[in-house]
Amino acid sequence: MNRQELQTAADKARQQHGHYKQKVCVCCGTSCMASNAEQVLQHIQEALKENGLDQEVEANLTGCMGLCNQGPLVKVLPDHTIYQKVTPADADELVKAQFVAKQPLKEMLLFADTRPEPFVNANDDPFFKKQHKIILKDCGVINPEDIEEYLAHDGYQALDKVLTSMLPEEVIAEVKHSRLRGRGGAGYPTGLKWETVYKHVNDQKYVVCNGDEGDPGAFMNRSVLEGNPHSVLEGMMIAGYAIGASKGYAYIRGEYRLAIKRFETAIKQARKMGLLGRQILGSNFSFDVEIRIGAGAFVCGEETALIASIEGRRGTPSPRPPYPAECGLWGKPTLINNVETYANIAPIIRHGGEWFSATGTAKSAGTKVFALAGKIKYSGLIEVPMGTSLREIVYEIGGGIAGDGQFKAAQTGGPSGGCIPEQHLDVGMDYESLMSLGSIMGSGGLIVMDDSSDMVDVARFFMEFCMDESCGKCAPCRVGTKMMHDMLQRIVDGQGTQHDVERLQELALYVKEASLCGLGGSAPNPLLSTLRHFPHEYEQRLVPPHALVATGQTVK
Amino acid sequence: MKRTHGLPYTPMPATDPRVKQLDTRMKKEGYRPDALIEILHAAQNAWGYLPMPVLQHISLRLRIPPARVFSTVTFYHFFSLKSQGEHTCLICTGTACYVKGAQQLLEAVEQTFGVQVGEVSADNKLGVQAARCIGACGLAPAVVLDEEVQAKIDAAGLVAKIKEKLEAI
Repeated sequence: MNRQELQTAADKARQQHGHYKQKVCVCCGTSCMASNAEQVLQHIQEALKENGLDQEVEANLTGCMGLCNQGPLVKVLPDHTIYQKVTPADADELVKAQFVAKQPLKEMLLFADTRPEPFVNANDDPFFKKQHKIILKDCGVINPEDIEEYLAHDGYQALDKVLTSMLPEEVIAEVKHSRLRGRGGAGYPTGLKWETVYKHVNDQKYVVCNGDEGDPGAFMNRSVLEGNPHSVLEGMMIAGYAIGASKGYAYIRGEYRLAIKRFETAIKQARKMGLLGRQILGSNFSFDVEIRIGAGAFVCGEETALIASIEGRRGTPSPRPPYPAECGLWGKPTLINNVETYANIAPIIRHGGEWFSATGTAKSAGTKVFALAGKIKYSGLIEVPMGTSLREIVYEIGGGIAGDGQFKAAQTGGPSGGCIPEQHLDVGMDYESLMSLGSIMGSGGLIVMDDSSDMVDVARFFMEFCMDESCGKCAPCRVGTKMMHDMLQRIVDGQGTQHDVERLQELALYVKEASLCGLGGSAPNPLLSTLRHFPHEYEQRLVPPHALVATGQTVK
Repeated sequence: MKRTHGLPYTPMPATDPRVKQLDTRMKKEGYRPDALIEILHAAQNAWGYLPMPVLQHISLRLRIPPARVFSTVTFYHFFSLKSQGEHTCLICTGTACYVKGAQQLLEAVEQTFGVQVGEVSADNKLGVQAARCIGACGLAPAVVLDEEVQAKIDAAGLVAKIKEKLEAI
């Protein structure tokens, strides 16, 4: 395929889909699929046919729309009317009301059961109004299993622009200019990383996409891969061109069956159209991507462990330096970025770095996708500009706490992050502010807890996770997490003493400083942040040492 | 010197279609040792778990020492050396599910069916496992029962569903 053919294909795709007046999007993400979304789609298509509307209205599956709690969701474009909890039996009634009577079904509208006056145009709803979508813009609008729809939505235009009018240095300069930072959690400037790999001269380099979203309570990467796999693929290809790589690997979690399937389909379709392979779009750039399926090890999210796993070995990290940028996959310079980072690339190239950096804060540009879950009224996937306050996310977008409980804490960053208490609700969600509170941005899991959550047990829960997931290579992490877990368990069981708390603090410092990789280095974070923000919960549990002696237990 | 294995090696029956499928897959990957994890995924899909003879077969074909194959298998949570039972009940214990009471689900299943987490019932009918997070946090607490996601389920509902599955045959 050359440039003209790409334009022709895009025009054709636009025409094909543009000829429909309206479009019914049925969310087919993992969550909605679990509640029968496929059957809903089938019934809607049948109902459209029966009413003779199948030439005017297109019905298709799409990726996640964000509100997994209310699924299966059905969205009607261009009105942005969203219906919730649609069952296959509702399909006929819905089609008749929407397209024949042209009166939206009030009782099935999004949030009809929780808001006094649901919105016909869902974009007016606070849940969507506060969001700003770059990565998820086409997610929930286009069919992820069809490359043509992606083409019709400016897909692969950025790749075309890069290949025909930009030098690799210019691509890197543009990414640097956008001030995009790694979305995997650490927030390293992406442009700088690309430049480092670019500068290492080697005949073979690799691009790796980290889709091993191991944190419990996070599903952003899954939703992006399910909802718009081509955007990730395009980002990887542009990265390949910029750093001079000809091969890419996408490492996706084994549990994400649907994401793997959709990404596979995307690769196949791109290959078929000649967008992957040799001499892409008539240029001298050749690139191909392979999928590697993860096998359930949290530590494989660490870059050196991920490389080991791609090479077919145990996923244990190795000391850095040398960094993967210099000596990575099979000893070659390797660029590793998160799924979400790659998904940002195509929009940056299309609209320019300037446009991207206009969103967000001075130090953290752009938007961030969060997986909002836990004791919150409207849980789901949201994308907000960096720096949006936690209060806005929890109370305006998320609708506040579910049930009668009171907000107690929000947990970010999974087992490597920490808890943000109520007094810091106004903190802006960006890398630096979260760091200053002892938490981290992480990949974007955001779990809301109410006053029924026991913070000591939360710390124990995460420590147990780290203990299980520690790969065992270095002693500080292997032994330290186990010891900290046992002490926390004692405190939870009401047998801890002040001595335990002191030792915990001491040990946390050692594990943090001495561990080989980020897993051990951040494992004490949940413990330290709960100790810092909720010290009274620990104090309440402690018993004086002589109380244990009296009951015949020994002081450990 | 002849290499000796700790376990007696029994060649895989070449007539088994699953073996043929696995051999084709290995050939497709060019018998590259770095394809080990991919091959293990394929084998687990075919057998439901990873029986020891299959591991020996893979080790021989990919020319990887059996110890390395074994160490890789035991490193990753996804791979299982034991049969997982005819019906599998995978309870998510991720943070969102934990907050919404996954622990009660685990206890209910353990008490009703007498199967501990990570174990299979004596008649090999039901296997119970706990997942770190299945990424369906909007549906918390979530359980995967025979590849089917059960959303926002409570203890009584889960027990009823499992009973239904067990009595279906």
